[in-house]
Amino acid sequence: MSTQQPLPHLEAVRQDVPGTPTPGSTAATVRRIRRRRAVRAGVVVGVLAAVVLVAFTATLVVGERWYSIPDVVAVVTGHEVPGASFTVGRLRLPRAVLGAVTGFCFGLAGVAIQTMLRNPLASPDVIGISSGASAAAAFAIITLGLGGAAVSAFAIVAALGVALVVYLLAYRDGVAGTRLILIGIGVAAMLESVTAYVLSRAAQWDLQEATRWLTGSLNGADWEAVLPTVVALAVLGPVLLGQGRALAGLRLGDDAASAQGIRVERTRVLVIVAAVGLVAFATAASGPIAFVAFLSGPIAARLVGAGTSPLVPAGFIGAALVLLADLVGQNALGVRYPVGVVTGVLGSPYLVWLIIRTNRRGTSL
Amino acid sequence: MWFVVSLAVLAGLVLLSVTVGARAVSADEVLAGLTGSSRTVGEAAVAVRLPRTLLAVVIGASLAIAGTVMQGVTRNPLADPGILGVNAGASLAVVTGMAWFGLSAAIATMWVAVAGAAVAAVFVYVVGSLGRGGATPLKLALAGAASSAAFASLVIAVSLPRGDIAEGVRSWQIGGVGGATADRILQVLPFLAAGALLCAATAKGLNTLALGDDLAAGLGERVALTRGLAATGAVLLCGASTAVAGPIGFVGLVVPHAYRLLVGTDHRWLLPFSAVGGAVLLVAADVLGRVVARPEEIDVGIITAIVGAPVFIAIIRRRKVRSL
Amino acid sequence: MTTAHDLRTTGLTLGYDDRTVIDDLSLELPTGRITAIVGANACGKSTLLRSMSRLLRPAGGQVLLDGRAVHETPARELARTLGLLPQSPIVPEGISVADLVGRGRHPHQRAFQRWSRADDDAVGTALDVTGTAELADRNVDELSGGQRQRVWIAMALAQETDVLLLDEPTTFLDVAHQVEVLDLLRDLNLRNGTTIVMVLHDLNLAARYADHLVALADGTVCAAGTPAAVLTEETVRRVFGLESVITTDPVSGSPLMVPIGRHHAGGAGGRSASE
Repeated sequence: MSTQQPLPHLEAVRQDVPGTPTPGSTAATVRRIRRRRAVRAGVVVGVLAAVVLVAFTATLVVGERWYSIPDVVAVVTGHEVPGASFTVGRLRLPRAVLGAVTGFCFGLAGVAIQTMLRNPLASPDVIGISSGASAAAAFAIITLGLGGAAVSAFAIVAALGVALVVYLLAYRDGVAGTRLILIGIGVAAMLESVTAYVLSRAAQWDLQEATRWLTGSLNGADWEAVLPTVVALAVLGPVLLGQGRALAGLRLGDDAASAQGIRVERTRVLVIVAAVGLVAFATAASGPIAFVAFLSGPIAARLVGAGTSPLVPAGFIGAALVLLADLVGQNALGVRYPVGVVTGVLGSPYLVWLIIRTNRRGTSL
Repeated sequence: MWFVVSLAVLAGLVLLSVTVGARAVSADEVLAGLTGSSRTVGEAAVAVRLPRTLLAVVIGASLAIAGTVMQGVTRNPLADPGILGVNAGASLAVVTGMAWFGLSAAIATMWVAVAGAAVAAVFVYVVGSLGRGGATPLKLALAGAASSAAFASLVIAVSLPRGDIAEGVRSWQIGGVGGATADRILQVLPFLAAGALLCAATAKGLNTLALGDDLAAGLGERVALTRGLAATGAVLLCGASTAVAGPIGFVGLVVPHAYRLLVGTDHRWLLPFSAVGGAVLLVAADVLGRVVARPEEIDVGIITAIVGAPVFIAIIRRRKVRSL
Repeated sequence: MTTAHDLRTTGLTLGYDDRTVIDDLSLELPTGRITAIVGANACGKSTLLRSMSRLLRPAGGQVLLDGRAVHETPARELARTLGLLPQSPIVPEGISVADLVGRGRHPHQRAFQRWSRADDDAVGTALDVTGTAELADRNVDELSGGQRQRVWIAMALAQETDVLLLDEPTTFLDVAHQVEVLDLLRDLNLRNGTTIVMVLHDLNLAARYADHLVALADGTVCAAGTPAAVLTEETVRRVFGLESVITTDPVSGSPLMVPIGRHHAGGAGGRSASE
């Protein structure tokens, strides 16, 4: 078996090949390039985390009534502040947490699936997973009148079911990405009409409720809805992050990845289960917030460059997108728009540009 | 021979549609209702079902023709006005018109819907054709799905501030033939007739187009003209249909495929057959929707999606799709 | 020298769905030598290679590395000894040469482990040896075909394996780049002792660069041995269904296959063989 040290005989070859630099200097260049990339990634993640923090704080501070930062901090750390405790503590804090957590879930899950399928256009909200989760959640809440953990359970079972069905339907001697995406689109269309039906059967056509399940909203967030999502992120997030290296290897193609010792099918299953789980829990809490899963990955990839894992940056971008869009939707426009509408409208031009760019340059994240 | 069979099936379904529904009626009432009298509640029910059935026939035929033409123009077996976002674009145009410009006149609404359908069709086609391979099924479907999602968000964004039209918005999310009146049918008929005529005129051209643009041009076909005329016809059909009945998808996908298996790929036969087939499908879906969930009704758009999606998936599975 | 490894197949049967592509194939690949596998299109050359690198599970028989079945060896452990460069690897958009070559270090790294000096050294050496050191910072999708192929080989080298399998490494390259890549593989084998097994579609280049030539036909071995022994008119006829004349390559001395075809049958063809 080969040793872990650099092969000394390769040195002999190096001397034969004309024009090679002195031994060790290339390794130094490689190290330099790698460090530079790591620094860039660190900076990007740091800035993104700061943005999320600012947006989080703004969600607590800004609104019909503005609160000062010291007041907000006091409420968050558990003190009783008359006039602020209710609004900040019971209304805005769960909303902010929900926004950050679901955004992170969507961003992380979205980029994982896009990377695995080697196509930025293959996002959980396109291939039917979000549609399944929201149809099940809408059914559970509106038709069955359930709440809290039961809704999450429905959503996750439905989302996993959809993922399984889509995967099995796409399986013929292995899964072709194209076929998977197309089948996902078909299943999504079907599930969206189911959601629309469930909504139309509601006792009254409540537009607010409808928008939650059609495009996503943070309205009426309470701790009961937030908690399952936080737990899901804490459990499934690390699973996904652990597959980061394997995912990066998968981008080279199944054969090349296998040749490097990556267990392709096992990685796929783990990634799918974790990502789908994240999407399901997040959707059960806030509805399918349009385009967040879709956009976070490509934005992250552009920021950190192709050699770095985009998983963590995409999570932060998702959180930032949701919090900022909600801020805009609640405060900056005449009417209060739920977050899904804002991301849907603002995301559309970027989406189009992304499709154009992907088509022009071939498919890769 | 198949044609006669299809027509017979259609006639039977029409009768069924008029007879069946949330409320049971007797044969006498059916006859009386058909001749216009509405003395009893049963006859009134029949009188309501007639326009609805007629609308389903007409819209079903139009959507099927539009789907067949779209598949011919894009050489894409997965083309359908719903999947390509054309119906969604029409809906968006109408909702925007209603919310921002006070659009309400029926004819104007139809023109606006047609314009929306046209813009959406062009947009999706352009986006889907960029890059290697032109407008492959995957790229078109993705462009369509993404555009539909975008349009749907915009519909909500536009209608949210306007509580007065919120109720109406619901009908723009799901297509249905309930609430049809003879007036509406008469208003939409010219659009549909014009669209159908345009499509029929390009039938022969579409056959040649199936060989590929270069080959077709080499055979003397005026590719751009045929494409343009056919697309215009399809857009007229989709836009007007959506204006009257809301977005109904999958009819344009399923029917042409079924009839291709029966009668082959000659568009001169395929178009009329698809028309009848589309009518059959939509009337059947409407009857099903009225019967399955008595006394409630399930809108036609939902039934076609639930039935059409598995067919869509079956089509994808049967074809050899090269991986990315 | 690298450790000697014994790579062979015994009674190997491979197929897809219900179609058998390779039938009862037993082959021994000489250690420390370059073996080239040739054959007509769709005769199973790639299938055979993919099975040897554990990508395809055999329907019958085994692939043995040092007496141990390849399919029972854990993937990561195998990847430290046997590397594969597949036919059309995908280039992730915007990735730099150094990053791509660095991916080859995967089998040597645990899940959350940091990059070690040994990793950097392996990557640096691989870049030097393939002459791509000055491209380290460039984007792979900007490179020419020949450069890109050298980068892929560098990635396989960074994996530090004693056995290297290559599936059609020269297929999409122009002739200058083909020779460049094959010369590099020859260097590696001569200095390093790396066992190289490659699928080639060009018979003459295969005869020139290989120590051991294997011709496949009808799902089994038609001929195996030195290029001089294998590349005969009879073999070409059986494997490709082609009439040819075998002469000697004036540059390398290896056998040279010259096809006859319809327009030259009975024409000038006979003359050069007798000169």
